[in-house]
Amino acid sequence: MAQLVYVYKQFERFWHWSQAVLILFLALTGFEVHGSIYLFGFEKAVIYHRYAAWLLLGLIVFSIFWHITTGEWRQYRPQLSKLQAQLRYYTYGMFKGEPHPTHKTLRNKLNPLQALTYLGFKLLMAPLLVSTGLLYMFHRSIDANDMVLISEIPLEWVAWLHTLGAYLLLMFVIIHVYMTTTGATPLANIKAMLTGYEELEEDKSE
Amino acid sequence: MKKIVLPIALVLVLFVMAVHLFHRPPMPNLTQLQLQQTYSVKPIASVDHTRFEELQKEFATPQEVTEACIACHNERHKEVMASNHWNWERISYVEGRGIERMGKQNVLNNFCIGTNSNQQSCARCHIGFGMSNNRFDFENARNVDCMVCHDHSEEYIKGASTAGYPDRSVNLSRVAQSVGRPGNINCGACHFYGGGGNNVKHGDLEDALLTADRSVDVHMAANGINMTCVDCHTAENHRMKGTLYSVSSTHVNRLSCEECHTTTPHNDRMLDVHTGRIACQTCHIPTYAKENPTKMAWRWSEAGQLKDGQPFSEVDSMGREIYLSIKGSFEWATHVEPEYYWFNGHATHYILGDKVDSIPLQVNRLLGIARDRESKIIPVKVHRGDQIYDPNTEMLIQPKLWSEAKGDSAFWQDLDWDAAAAAGMQEAGLPYSGEYSFIPTEMYWPVNHMVAPKGESLTCAECHTREGGRLAGLNDFYLPGRDKHAGIHVLGRLLLLGAILGVLVHALLRFVSALRNNKMKSEDIQ
Repeated sequence: MAQLVYVYKQFERFWHWSQAVLILFLALTGFEVHGSIYLFGFEKAVIYHRYAAWLLLGLIVFSIFWHITTGEWRQYRPQLSKLQAQLRYYTYGMFKGEPHPTHKTLRNKLNPLQALTYLGFKLLMAPLLVSTGLLYMFHRSIDANDMVLISEIPLEWVAWLHTLGAYLLLMFVIIHVYMTTTGATPLANIKAMLTGYEELEEDKSE
Repeated sequence: MKKIVLPIALVLVLFVMAVHLFHRPPMPNLTQLQLQQTYSVKPIASVDHTRFEELQKEFATPQEVTEACIACHNERHKEVMASNHWNWERISYVEGRGIERMGKQNVLNNFCIGTNSNQQSCARCHIGFGMSNNRFDFENARNVDCMVCHDHSEEYIKGASTAGYPDRSVNLSRVAQSVGRPGNINCGACHFYGGGGNNVKHGDLEDALLTADRSVDVHMAANGINMTCVDCHTAENHRMKGTLYSVSSTHVNRLSCEECHTTTPHNDRMLDVHTGRIACQTCHIPTYAKENPTKMAWRWSEAGQLKDGQPFSEVDSMGREIYLSIKGSFEWATHVEPEYYWFNGHATHYILGDKVDSIPLQVNRLLGIARDRESKIIPVKVHRGDQIYDPNTEMLIQPKLWSEAKGDSAFWQDLDWDAAAAAGMQEAGLPYSGEYSFIPTEMYWPVNHMVAPKGESLTCAECHTREGGRLAGLNDFYLPGRDKHAGIHVLGRLLLLGAILGVLVHALLRFVSALRNNKMKSEDIQ
């Protein structure tokens, strides 16, 4: 039997949505700094990008703390055994009207593909963007003022990798937003992420 | 009620915190205030030379004035005689050459070419008397011209083509009694008018600086801090601080903005981090030749033309001289945007007798690349033209230009290149094959003066822009906002496009299958 469950805690929702806003804002300002679009003007884009970057870094620190202290980090352990079934569902099963191969529960909020993707996000994409972003931020130095930092790494490499990371992240956002529509109803997942409550099948293991 | 009040209060608190966090009230720039205070107080002369008996007499020759100066300042002449202003050369170690004596005596320029065989005229800007040829006695202290730099009567003027002697009209007694700390016109007499007229050479040094307002030059503005040349170009023991790379070649005794303004003058870290690799002048001198035009090109190859058998001159609609039979054709410009180059404080020069190693030939080359930590981007006036050249010896030719009268092989009298080349090269002790042509030449003048008010300095996007930025020509480094990696760009766009297409196709399939499944369901019910 389905029942309304409080799936996404207050911090989780705050973290998710503020991160989404920051990432989109960083993408806008970042691609302006890169010269791809014109929005705020280069000077303001740089300043905004820096402020947003620091806010995001702060948020990341909080979310890491939250994940560790609540044990929620376990959600991202991918169950590789069910990965194939999940892939089969998205590429075949769902067109045949088959049910989800995995069940969403409080302990298992993420399906195996989600878990793997978010793990990749957290262990590859975010570190790539954060590390190159920090290198970028502290790259230029005031030589005569003995603040020489990391100028040995060519700026172009840092910038290229940061740009590549940005493209990957945008691609993730597109697919991620689309995948939210694959819930019980097209808006069910977004509604859950907004209110925290979602109708779930009863967790038989509890 | 509580449910609404609490979130609103929280949002307000966050808003106030954000305002507090991100708002930076304008901070007083203490360094700058201190400098303004320092230079507000103008130096006062410690003695009144009119009251010295030694100077209250008629001087028959300018050398007598020098003797009177030395009688009291009895060691100063030695300092002067050790200076570049006197020797017209300095000793420097130049990579690839070794120890070299270089200066106006042997380095060529892109204007009147060189001093050799033309000393009688060029010496108008030598701080000595009687340099009429290359046998001038640099050891004779009597020939030091103290007055040209220290005159305050504004009466002293060197004669045209009098080997550095003052004009006959000058009242030496009055000049001698007026002397003091050099004023702007003392320096400007040579440094504004070099190359045959106001602002011809530098582009950023001209007589508009004598009456400048802040929009022309924030330092020398009469309605601003009203500084003089020697406030920055100090001269401890007559050794002027500052080097110009038309004749200097090493990073020695250089004068920089940072000495007063420090490397962190902006109260803004984002701007301050630029000072490591961008010279202050780059952003703060957006244009030069702001008042009067400067010469951008001089083509000697066109000299010598005659109209009705006579030499002639032509001016353009603005009254600027664009052709002179004795000199060739010129191009002038005002409000010029500089070109930008990496520069590490070292330069090489074409020295009379060198083989030409590139066409166009750079008579001076500013050294520096992005990879070199010591290099900074500086603004440069590049003067382009052409010069007479010997295709057989592959040397630039030093022509004899000036002479008192016709028939002495001087080009400015006889308009005969062959004779002028032969005479000039003979005087310089160099071979001339008897054949000549012209090759394009370039000269690089770093722009250092005419600093604009801060509101007029370059903005970020003038360099950080995809196309047409100020640094569009400087491509050996990654400039954010301008550069991109074509491969990553294509890959990134493919990724995005792929994601969008994949999502659309998937959605379409879902839609179609949903329709079909619904139909099957409704058929089941029936």
